[in-house]
Amino acid sequence: MKSATPRQVGRTAAGGTGIDREQPLSFTFNQYRLEGYAGDTVASALLANGVRLVGRSFKYHRPRGVFGIGSEEPNALLHIGDGARRTPNVRATVQELYPELVATSQHHWPSLEFDLGAAIGLFGGLFPAGFYYKTFIASPERWLRYEKYIRRMAGLGDPPPEADPEHYAHRHAHCDVLISGAGPAGLAAALAAGRAGARVILVDENPEAGGHLLLAPQQIDGQPAAFWAAAATAELQSLPNVRVMTRTTLAGVYEHGLFTLVEKITDHLAEPEAHLPRQRFWTVRAKDAVFAQGAIERPIAFANNDRPGVMLLSAIRGYLARYGVLAGRTAVLFANNDSVYPAARELAAAGLRIEAVVDSRPYTTEASAQARADKLRVMNGHAVVGARGMRGIRAAEVALINAAGDVKGIDHILACDLIGVSGGWNPAVHLHAQSRGGLAYREDLAAFVPQSAGGPYRNAGACAGVYDLAGCLRQGFAAGAAAARALGVDQAHEPPAPPVQADPTGPLHALWAVEAPKGAKRFVDFQNDVTTRDIALAHRENYASVEHLKRYTTLGMGTDQGKTSNVVGLARLAARRGEPIPAVGTTTYRPPYTPFTMNAMAGGRHGEIGRPVRRTAVHDWHAANGAVWTDAAGWARPMYYVTDGQSAQERINEEVLAVRQAAGLIDVSTLGKLDIQGPDAAKLLDRVYINNWSNLAVGRGRYGVMLREDGRIFDDGVTMRLGEQHFHMTTTTNHSSKVYEFLEYLLQVVWPDLRVFVTPVTEQWFAAAISGPNARALLADLAPDLDVSNEGFPMMAVRETVIAGIPARIFRISFSGELAYEINVDADFGLGIWNTILAAGVARDLKVYGTEAMGILRIEKGHFTHAEADGRITPDDLGLAGMVSAKKDCIGKRSLSLPGLTAPGRLQLVGVMAREGESIPVGAQIAADGNLDSPQESLGHVTSHGYSATLGRHIGLALVRDGREAIGRSLYAISPVQGQKASVDVVAPCFYDPEGHRQRG
Amino acid sequence: MMLIPCPWCGPRPECEFEYGADATVQRPEDPSSVTDDEWTEYLYFRDNPKGWHKELWFHRTGCHHWFVTERHTVTHEIAAAYPPSDPPLPAAVTDEEGPE
Repeated sequence: MKSATPRQVGRTAAGGTGIDREQPLSFTFNQYRLEGYAGDTVASALLANGVRLVGRSFKYHRPRGVFGIGSEEPNALLHIGDGARRTPNVRATVQELYPELVATSQHHWPSLEFDLGAAIGLFGGLFPAGFYYKTFIASPERWLRYEKYIRRMAGLGDPPPEADPEHYAHRHAHCDVLISGAGPAGLAAALAAGRAGARVILVDENPEAGGHLLLAPQQIDGQPAAFWAAAATAELQSLPNVRVMTRTTLAGVYEHGLFTLVEKITDHLAEPEAHLPRQRFWTVRAKDAVFAQGAIERPIAFANNDRPGVMLLSAIRGYLARYGVLAGRTAVLFANNDSVYPAARELAAAGLRIEAVVDSRPYTTEASAQARADKLRVMNGHAVVGARGMRGIRAAEVALINAAGDVKGIDHILACDLIGVSGGWNPAVHLHAQSRGGLAYREDLAAFVPQSAGGPYRNAGACAGVYDLAGCLRQGFAAGAAAARALGVDQAHEPPAPPVQADPTGPLHALWAVEAPKGAKRFVDFQNDVTTRDIALAHRENYASVEHLKRYTTLGMGTDQGKTSNVVGLARLAARRGEPIPAVGTTTYRPPYTPFTMNAMAGGRHGEIGRPVRRTAVHDWHAANGAVWTDAAGWARPMYYVTDGQSAQERINEEVLAVRQAAGLIDVSTLGKLDIQGPDAAKLLDRVYINNWSNLAVGRGRYGVMLREDGRIFDDGVTMRLGEQHFHMTTTTNHSSKVYEFLEYLLQVVWPDLRVFVTPVTEQWFAAAISGPNARALLADLAPDLDVSNEGFPMMAVRETVIAGIPARIFRISFSGELAYEINVDADFGLGIWNTILAAGVARDLKVYGTEAMGILRIEKGHFTHAEADGRITPDDLGLAGMVSAKKDCIGKRSLSLPGLTAPGRLQLVGVMAREGESIPVGAQIAADGNLDSPQESLGHVTSHGYSATLGRHIGLALVRDGREAIGRSLYAISPVQGQKASVDVVAPCFYDPEGHRQRG
Repeated sequence: MMLIPCPWCGPRPECEFEYGADATVQRPEDPSSVTDDEWTEYLYFRDNPKGWHKELWFHRTGCHHWFVTERHTVTHEIAAAYPPSDPPLPAAVTDEEGPE
């Protein structure tokens, strides 16, 4: 590893309010080992070491350097950390430095310094906005060929190679006033509200409160503003009703006072303690809020304004004040407002050579006159029109500019390695806009500000378009006091604003871009490489609305969400449209304010905690006996049970044959169970099922089908009548909640006069089915006192008895088509009854079976599930028209006679049998032509299929257009996507014992 | 995430509830006597107001009651919440659009 610049060439000898010169530390950037101080960010430390090239741009792979100083940074995106802890796209300007931090640049090959991707810049004319669409729309297959190369060229950082080892936490809080931004306005608001006794949460994305006060040396109450900030913070932290949260971003504003915060806990620590979450995601309900996030500086677009060494003016100033770093040796400062003059003074005093202050305004101000008097070279009525130098600036091209913004040739070329640019400031209106607050455009600021009383919350300070320090403090105090008063918290009064000595705020002359020689790129959105030419192109192609401009050019769609580019972009669009800026408007602001990891939003809800597993009473037995699991509505269900050496299919075949030839045992506890009681219970069933229920005898059960109101099948199941006014309804596993909610809806909303109670009891009962020719004998063994003869315990009857001391309800119902009994006991006794059945079953060749075997058995019988009744299917489609009672209305009955549900050509249920040795492809369509390449209409699709051990071949159920007429035909089950097919015979949808002798005997 | 005022449990977060149906829609008393058009209107056609909306919610992870809310579809302000068979006196919300 070679070491570069052995010392920090950009660091001043003293100063820097944020760093601790007593704590030097080392870190690496790519192959370099560099030095910095505690309190640095990665960006300030890189600048201190004279590192100007930090990345390559998204599309053109242009060399880029640090541009800003905060979360608005569009260029300096790095990987921080390595291995599983590597985080891509981290802004170097917000990543705090810690000992042995590892930072690497992104998106270049073979190296940052020499990136072949930059060759694309030579053909830049071929890759304007919309190039993907225009290039590939005519021949989409070309896209498939070139996609992988394009994907390698575009994009930003690399995701980590392993799962995130960190853990994240969720917290919730309530407060009276939530204040975002701990700059002068936010601190003032917190003081006013906090002193009045309101419950306050103050958040700031930076490690320390103070905001802009830390970046520009102003004075409050006769002392450095940073001291005032520290004292205010200390007071706030001492108040029990105030919570100060730094390193915390207010991510989103939602309805009913909900706000989300993302708090960084360990991202700045070299060796965090293991128990700490990496980040906390907060949901906060606040009664009121004060937005005080300040304003974001914006640049002016000129030729090659994206080169390393072009930076926001306030950032250059802030690196000096906060970190003791000069970002270059010789600077040209370019601005359309007065903020350049205090900056120039401070930078010159610290040793930066100011080659010139280029002031684009067509007039002089007091500040510019004073600067000239102080022997600074001030060029009024001039503009920087171009930057020279590729991997770092060498010179600035300067030209005359008039009030209208017209430029006349280059009349100066000033040697420099740093260009500071300030086109003015944009109040950070994001949160206000998220809360549906309106925006107004102020000509004097050339910026959008929150409309006063335009939203449910308050804005204060630069966030509201107030740029003078005294005004910020005043507004902050007023907002905090007003919030407290509105809550009735106290006779809250505004503290008097202390005297300040602050920057001048002279007039601003709007300037968004200066003309450039043909061919030179003027960048508006640095992160997505969007230039002024792209904006002009979009307008020419009639993408003239600001929302279309955004999507067509991707302006403002990067990870910085256009913080330094949106307003410049829409101003350029306005110019193209020949309309004032407010007529163009802004795009919609959406959360989050800055990107954050999805894991923070997940918190602890992943894996088993994220999706809790529902376990039946015999879950552990299944697990201990080789169950291979599937998920059904969150329940863990065994698909089959593996024993040594068997393949899955072998075991499934064994289970199927066991049921058909001897006896099988299956845990069916997961199916929904509803206890229905009341004088009108039978009436309710008549109204929700398609068939009749009032005439069902006590002690008997019946299979029922429920429709949605649009006539499609909703659910089905067997319901047993336990008494005159007492029924036990069963539903499918997946729909048990939905059926319950639907019944409650009918009883509470539609038919409130019905006297019925419905209670879900799915979890209270354990249910297991014994099925097969030996089932009767087995039941007799288990319950010797029970009359199990066919006359004594007929099909569909209910019996109550005691098995091994456990009270049991037994339903003689069958899903498999064999003689079968479903034994229901209190879930607490589930394992006991299971073991009892197994023990008795040894003598009857009882085998446990799972859902795969059950699936084959029910396909053999043509029993449908939601695979067939997929939400589009009526009873007649499944051949159940005869089940619909003509004598009564029910939910959905009226829909069955609608023309669409009786038209020919509907999908109808059939069986499909493959030839011996062939298997039906997964997801197969039914087709008349077996040629996979010929385009043809699908006649239907296979809904369920598998290998039937009973029949010795693959079978399935299918929905085929006019399927009942197709019975007897030979068709194909094809999957062109997988290149597979099978010849199938269309048969009636029941392959085994269609008369039902075996289950009724 | 809204705070929905369950008439039995008080204001609870939206994730405890399941949205049910448009509460202005009535199931015809006698479905067999309505025309296909009328029945289809009942099944599928809904007003989609940019403004006040009467709707049914189910308190799924709470009391399991269904109730009606009057909610503004733009601002999500909830003006009233009451049991389905207990509509409020007519004066509650008179405005067809725009928050109060």
